[in-house]
Amino acid sequence: MKYVEEYRDPILAKQLLGEINAAVTKPWSLMEVCGGQTHTIVRQGIDDLLPAGLRMVHGPGCPVCVTPLELIDKACAIAARPDVIFTSYGDMLRVPGSQTDLLALKARGSDVRTVYSPMDAVRIAIDTPDRQVVFFAVGFETTAPANAMAVMQAKELGLRNFSVLVSHVLVPPAMTAILDDPECGIDAFLAAGHVCAVMGWREYEPIVERYRVPIIVTGFEPLDLLEGILMAVRQLEAGRAAVENQYIRAVQRLGNTHAQSAIRRVFAITDRTWRGVGSIPDSGLMLAPEYAEYDAATRFEVSGIVTAEHPACIAGDILRGVKVPTDCTAYGTLCTPRVPLGAPMVSSEGTCAAFYNAGRGRPVLSVAGPGTSR
Amino acid sequence: MTVQSPIEPAVGLTGASCAVPLVESERVLLGHGSGGQLSAELLREVIVPALGAAARAGAMEDGALIHVEGHDLVMSTDSFVINPRFFPGGDIGSLAVHGTVNDLAMMGALPIALTLALVIEEGFPIGELRAICESVGRAAVAAGVPVVTGDTKVVGRGDADGLFINTTGLGRRLPAASPSATRACVGDVVVLSGPIGLHGTTVMSTRAGLGFESDIASDSQPLHRLVEAMIDVAGPAIHVMRDPTRGGLASALNEIAQASGVQICLEESAIPVPPTVAAACEILGLDPLHVANEGCLVAIVTPAVVDAVVAVMRTLPEGSSACAIGSVIDTTAARVVMSTVVGSRRIVDMLIGEQLPRIC
Repeated sequence: MKYVEEYRDPILAKQLLGEINAAVTKPWSLMEVCGGQTHTIVRQGIDDLLPAGLRMVHGPGCPVCVTPLELIDKACAIAARPDVIFTSYGDMLRVPGSQTDLLALKARGSDVRTVYSPMDAVRIAIDTPDRQVVFFAVGFETTAPANAMAVMQAKELGLRNFSVLVSHVLVPPAMTAILDDPECGIDAFLAAGHVCAVMGWREYEPIVERYRVPIIVTGFEPLDLLEGILMAVRQLEAGRAAVENQYIRAVQRLGNTHAQSAIRRVFAITDRTWRGVGSIPDSGLMLAPEYAEYDAATRFEVSGIVTAEHPACIAGDILRGVKVPTDCTAYGTLCTPRVPLGAPMVSSEGTCAAFYNAGRGRPVLSVAGPGTSR
Repeated sequence: MTVQSPIEPAVGLTGASCAVPLVESERVLLGHGSGGQLSAELLREVIVPALGAAARAGAMEDGALIHVEGHDLVMSTDSFVINPRFFPGGDIGSLAVHGTVNDLAMMGALPIALTLALVIEEGFPIGELRAICESVGRAAVAAGVPVVTGDTKVVGRGDADGLFINTTGLGRRLPAASPSATRACVGDVVVLSGPIGLHGTTVMSTRAGLGFESDIASDSQPLHRLVEAMIDVAGPAIHVMRDPTRGGLASALNEIAQASGVQICLEESAIPVPPTVAAACEILGLDPLHVANEGCLVAIVTPAVVDAVVAVMRTLPEGSSACAIGSVIDTTAARVVMSTVVGSRRIVDMLIGEQLPRIC
């Protein structure tokens, strides 16, 4: 496949691994911010091939994982209403709330639908004027522009039966929060390429200045990640700290200014709770006052939500990069993608699911007897 | 069928006072019909135990082998509930024939007769019903199998989604055939008849609301002639055959690995994934190995016959791009692994429930 195969070339991959091996003289910890990057690293087994001492720490960049439990519970409360068609991206549906999840509500008769774009939700609202259509607007700066467009379009069309449950999160404040954490041992970041395609990398320049930490804007294919790792290691070994762009085919310094203006028009910056991490100042987006009437949380007055995480789940430590899934007592036993206790086990981008699906730390199914011919 | 005790403890039994998420424990989810882990669980924990003594012991196969007065007969049944009912490359009618003919074929059998049962929703257009039944007829004639009996039920509006079809097939096993999911041996080679992911991707792209256009068509086709040619050249050296339908190639191979107690290793670069399928899977965040097929088969054969089997498969249109994609490496674990492009190895798991497209 054009534009994909080129970045999965085994010969170039081995060359890059060789260069990384040659460049590393000290132990370093690199955090890949985005869940899509974690998925590639674990799926391809990239971290298994890195030199000893070079550690990949998996960051908080899985939108499904960091959406706060309270929002999931609100989503379930809204979806349970008989007058509502609740629409969402697919991988939000299995995220466990305090009591239930959206797929289980669907099985009980709620009208929960997977959409591939918020515009599909607008279309459903146009087609079914007698029902309230709610879209679950989650994700980072990557999904925010399209969600902003959907709200703008709903306003232009005068749609009174469309609203969004917003839980957008922003990457740079989360990186700052990780760096401010006394337990933080991160030497460099691989920044999320697709977030940067929208936002550019100007936002990272002050972080590099303040914390003296290299930030490499990195793509998602195996060669992207290997090259990003190499660029980070070279900066660290040379004692440099700068923002560098590995993902040049998609990212420019200023980003996509049209998309940014759509975000600024519809959303306002707010404090946000990250599931497992806690509240981070100025780390989220809410609807701007001009669009507040499209807020599903106020339209349906969901209140009295009492949230409760599973006591065994250490998702917070995993999302901050302090622990890995195999440190968790529930990993692979009580908590599996089949029965997830915490969000990182749900999405294929979640660190726990990425580990589990790649067979990390799982007991090997034993085979009865040595016989093979039967 | 094999009955095992549940591996995972019920979640509700762990944290008594805490609001533990009680997910999907009491009701059937759509994912229970996905052909992956949830489907297996429903069989293992509900259906087979409930059947009690009536459930015949043995490995889970695509069909049942029945010995009747010296004849090896094979029986298989399948229900078809596809949405949309018409898609590039086929429709629910042709699919209902191919699906059951292929289940018989995977047992090494040629079809003798088919049944056809229709559950029709009140208000269903007669014209569409006729078109679908004509498609059943054409597919059955092309496969060389008569439809010998059937049943028609009409349910009230809203009690079914348009039209459901069940077909049951009776077949006669080829004398030299003895494929079974339990027969994969160390050293055997995994052979695939053609490109994967076409059916599932076509249906997804045709389904309302997805809105990406593609020029691909379902691979829905009967495979019994391909099987006959393979058995002809290799007979019992064909140890296992499966058509990787729901749950895809990954689920089919995992079932084989578990039934035979072997570890299967695939070569990622050897698996034919058409560019459109690869692109659609990239966009939706799906794994082509989990996407459904309706016209390809995976066989596990002894190394001695690989070349002959692949050569004879390639003489038929349905096997024209047959190739070896991996091998059975050892018995240290009952699982499927794949060597990755960077030279590492990963586990290829079964699909869990529904395929859920990811956010970004």
